[in-house]
Amino acid sequence: MSIAPSPPDSDTIWLTEDRPDAGELGLCVHCGFCLNACPTYLDLGVETDSPRGRIALMRGLDDGRIEWSPRVQQHFDQCLQCRACETACPSKVPYGRLMESTRAEAFAQDKWPRRQRILWRLIMHGLFPYPRRMRLAGYGLKFYQRTGLQALVRRTGLLGKVAPKLADIDSLSPVADKPFYANNEASRIAPATPVRARASLITGCMMPLAYPETHRATVRVFTRNGIAVDAPEAQVCCGALHAHGGDVEAARDLARRNIDAITPESSHLPDAILINAAGCGSHLKEYGHLLRNNAAYAKRAEVFAARVRDVHEYLVEIGFAAPEGRIERTVTYQDSCHLSHAQNVRSAPRDVLRSIPGLTLSEMRKPDKCCGSAGIYSVVQSDISKRVLAEKMEDVLSTGAEQVCTANPGCMLQLDAGIARFDDDGRMMPRSTHAIELLDESYRLGDAAGND
Amino acid sequence: MNVPSPLVRDLIDAIGEEAVVWHDDDLLVYEYDGTIDRGNPDVIALPANTDDVVNLIKIANKHDAPVTPRGAGTGLSGGALAARGGVIIGMNRMRRILNIDPENKTALVQPGVVNLDLGSEAERHGLAYAPDPSSQRACTIGGNVAENAGGPHTLAWGTTTNHVLALELVTADGEVQWIGHDTRDEPGYDLVGCVVGSEGTVGIVTQALVRLVPRPTAVRTMLAIYDSVRQASNAVSAVVASGIVPAALEMIDKMTIAAVEPVLNTGFPLDAEAVLLVEVDGPESQVEAEGARVEGILNRFEPREVRSATDPEEREHLWAGRKGAIGALGQIMPNYYLLDGVVPRTQLPDVLDGVYEIAERYRLPVANMFHAGDGNLHPCLLFDEREPGATERVLDAGGEIMRLCVDAGGAITGEHGVGLEKRDYLPWIFTEADMDAMKSLRAAFGPTENFNPCKIFPKGHGCGEAGHQHAQQQIARFGPKAFV
Repeated sequence: MSIAPSPPDSDTIWLTEDRPDAGELGLCVHCGFCLNACPTYLDLGVETDSPRGRIALMRGLDDGRIEWSPRVQQHFDQCLQCRACETACPSKVPYGRLMESTRAEAFAQDKWPRRQRILWRLIMHGLFPYPRRMRLAGYGLKFYQRTGLQALVRRTGLLGKVAPKLADIDSLSPVADKPFYANNEASRIAPATPVRARASLITGCMMPLAYPETHRATVRVFTRNGIAVDAPEAQVCCGALHAHGGDVEAARDLARRNIDAITPESSHLPDAILINAAGCGSHLKEYGHLLRNNAAYAKRAEVFAARVRDVHEYLVEIGFAAPEGRIERTVTYQDSCHLSHAQNVRSAPRDVLRSIPGLTLSEMRKPDKCCGSAGIYSVVQSDISKRVLAEKMEDVLSTGAEQVCTANPGCMLQLDAGIARFDDDGRMMPRSTHAIELLDESYRLGDAAGND
Repeated sequence: MNVPSPLVRDLIDAIGEEAVVWHDDDLLVYEYDGTIDRGNPDVIALPANTDDVVNLIKIANKHDAPVTPRGAGTGLSGGALAARGGVIIGMNRMRRILNIDPENKTALVQPGVVNLDLGSEAERHGLAYAPDPSSQRACTIGGNVAENAGGPHTLAWGTTTNHVLALELVTADGEVQWIGHDTRDEPGYDLVGCVVGSEGTVGIVTQALVRLVPRPTAVRTMLAIYDSVRQASNAVSAVVASGIVPAALEMIDKMTIAAVEPVLNTGFPLDAEAVLLVEVDGPESQVEAEGARVEGILNRFEPREVRSATDPEEREHLWAGRKGAIGALGQIMPNYYLLDGVVPRTQLPDVLDGVYEIAERYRLPVANMFHAGDGNLHPCLLFDEREPGATERVLDAGGEIMRLCVDAGGAITGEHGVGLEKRDYLPWIFTEADMDAMKSLRAAFGPTENFNPCKIFPKGHGCGEAGHQHAQQQIARFGPKAFV
C-alpha cells in the first residue's frame, strides 16, 4: 500500500485540445456513490465499467500509468453516456464531458477498429447530416414495411441468423410514416393571436422520420399557446450523435450550420429554440462549449445555447393552457437520460402529464434509469443494450401502465422494441408516446367536445 | 501482467473468465476505496453464489494468497483494499433480496444488496432498514455488516449490529456456517455480534437475515442555525440530557456549508458557524410533543433561527445537504481525509476547539459534519495530494486528532472501522493482552491469517511496510499508552 503517486511530468498521451481536463478528472474523490446509478456497472458487475472506474482509467492514461489498450477502450465504448452518475455525484464531476473528451481523443487517435470507422463515416458523415438523404432512407424503409418484406423477415427470423446486427437494427426500426417537412408544414399551422413569443423548432434527423406526429403536435401545442413556431429549412442534424461518439469536428461543422440556419446574423433572434428530443437538447445547450475556441462562432454559440429550451421546460415556463379533453389512460413516464440527468428537467414532463384530465401517471421504481437506447449504442453494443432494456421493461410492465411516455426519439424506438419483445399479453399500446402528443390530443379532444 | 498466473488460471477455471479481472490496467480501478489509502490486488474474483465463494477461498488457500472481501468499495478505513495483494473477492454480483417477511419484519438478503435498495423495497411494506450511512445509495449490506456501519438514524435505532439476526458465513477454510437465529435472542455466545464489525477478517458473509423496523407515521426535521460551534455543541448536550432520543442529531460546520451550499442549495446560511439537523419521529402526537420540547431546548442556546420541515421533499432537501457533504468537499480541495472518532458528548465543545486548533497549526482546512448526538466526530481534512508534503501533513494532523479523541476518553472509530488506516492507533485504547484476546477470537473462526490481512491489528506479518510510517511516528511521540 502506498499513497497515490503524483503524475510524472512526462509527455502526455493526449493529442488534441479536446482532451479530458486534468482539473475535472481531479474532482473525483472515488467515493463510489455513482456505482449503483450506473446501468453498465449493474449489468456487468465490474468496476472497470463504472463511472468511478472509467475515471480511474482516464487518470491512469493521463498519468502514464497504463497503456491505451483495446481493453481500456472497450470500457469507454461500453459507457452509455446516460450521465446518471452525474445526478448521483456529490462532487459534481462533469462525467459526460470527460467521457466525450476521452472519446474525442480516441476518435482523433484512431482507437477504433477499421470496419467501425468506415461504417461511421458512411452513416454519420454521408447520411445523418443530409435531411433529404434521410427522407430517402425513410421512403426505403416504408417500401420495406408496406410490401410485407419486414413482416416476412421478422417471421422467418432469418436475418438474425445471417446478420445479427442487421436484425438488431430491424427490430429498432420505426414504423415509417409521412415525414415532417421542416417549414413547409410548420408554417401551415397559423399561430393563434396574440403572439406572445416566437420560437424556432429544431427538427433533428430522426424525429421527422420516426415520429413526425410528435413534431406536428409540438407545432400545434405551442401555436395554441400563442407561440409562433417556425422550423427553418436550412437546419441540419444537431450533431449530438457525432459529439457523443467523439467525432467533434463533424459535430462542430453541424453546430456552425445550425447557428447560421436558426440564428442568422441578419435577423432577429427567436425567443426560444425549441427541441423535443432530449439527446439533441442537451447537446444544443453545449454549443457554447463546443465552439469555445472558434473566434467567429464562440459568442454566437453561447447566445444560441442560452435560448435552447426543451419543449416541456418551455411549456412550464410560459404557463401552458390547461387541457380539457379527457384521456382515460394509465401511462408511465420514462425520464430520458439527457433530459433528467443532463438537463435536470424532471418535473416539467410530469406537470404536463398530470394536467391532462383522466390521465393517471403510474411511476416506475427507477424511472430515471436508462432504457439502453443511448443514441447508436443499441446497435453497436446491442448485447448490453438488450439486457438493460429487459430490466427496464420489467419495471415498465410492473406499473400496470397502458402506455409508456418518454422524451426522446431514441428512447421511443427502444421502448417500442421493448414492448414488442416483452409485453406478452399485449396489455400495452404498441407505440410509446411523447408527453406533447398527449397534451395535443387532450387539447383537440377538448375542442371537439366544445364544438358539439 | 499479460499472462495469467496459476492462481488466476485456477480462479478462471472455477468461475469463468467473465468473473475474473486480472489485467494490470483493469486492476487499477480496484486499488482504492472511498479514502486515500491504496492497495494493489493481484486479481479480482466475482462470485455469483455461496458455492463460488467456497471454491474461491479454497483456491486462494491452495496458492497461499491473501483474501480481501469487497462490496462497493465505498469504505473509509481501507477495509476493502488488498493491503498485501492476493485475491479481492467482490461480492457486488450477489445482489438479490431473497425474501421480505413483513409479518416478522425481517429481510433475507445477499451481501451485495445496496443499503438504499433494501430500504426502498422495505418501504413497499411500510417498513424501513434503520442503519443509513451517508453512502447508502451505493454501499452494500455485506460491507455494512463487516464495518458495523452506522448513519445519522442509528442514534435512536442502533448501528448495524442491532439489526442483524443471522448470517451465512464462509469461513477462512471454506466452510459454510449459519450463525444466529431468526428470533431476537439465541442461547449461548453472540456469534453474530462477533462477526458484525469484524472488518472481513474472519470470513465472508454470503447471506444476511436483517431486522426491519416500522416506518414512523410522522417525522419532523429541524434546522437550527448558530453563530458559534460552542453554542451548537451545548445545544446537542442539552437535547440528549433532556432524555429525548431524537431519530437523528447532526452538526454541520461553516466549512462544510461552504462546500455543500453552492452545489446542493440546501438553504444553509453561508455565514453561520454551525447548523444542527435534528429529527424526531414516531406517532403524530409524540412527534408534536417531542418536537416542541426539542425546539424549546434549541432556542435556549440563542440560535439565529430554528426552521422546521415536515413535508418529505423539504426534509429530503435538508438531508441531501448532510448526506452529500463529503463528496461536495471536492469543490474546495481535490482530496480529503475523513476521520472518524468518538468522544463523550460532554467533551464535544472542547474536542472541537482542539480539532480546529490542530488543523490551523498544520495549515489544513477542516470541515466538520457529524453525528453529534452520539459524539461521533467526522473531521475532514482538505488537501491537494499533488502538493509536496501535503499528504504527510494530513496524516500527522489526523493522528493528533485521533489522540485528542482518545485523551478525551473516546475512541478511534465510531463507525468506519479501524481497517488499514488506524490499526497503528489500536494500542492507544487496548493493551497487548486485550489485542491478544481479540486475536484468539479471530483464530477461533479458523485459519484466518490470510483473511483481510493487515487490518485492525498493528503491524503483523508481511504488513510492516504497509503501515503508515507517520502513524508510527505518532506512536513514537505519544507512546502506546494503553488505557481501557
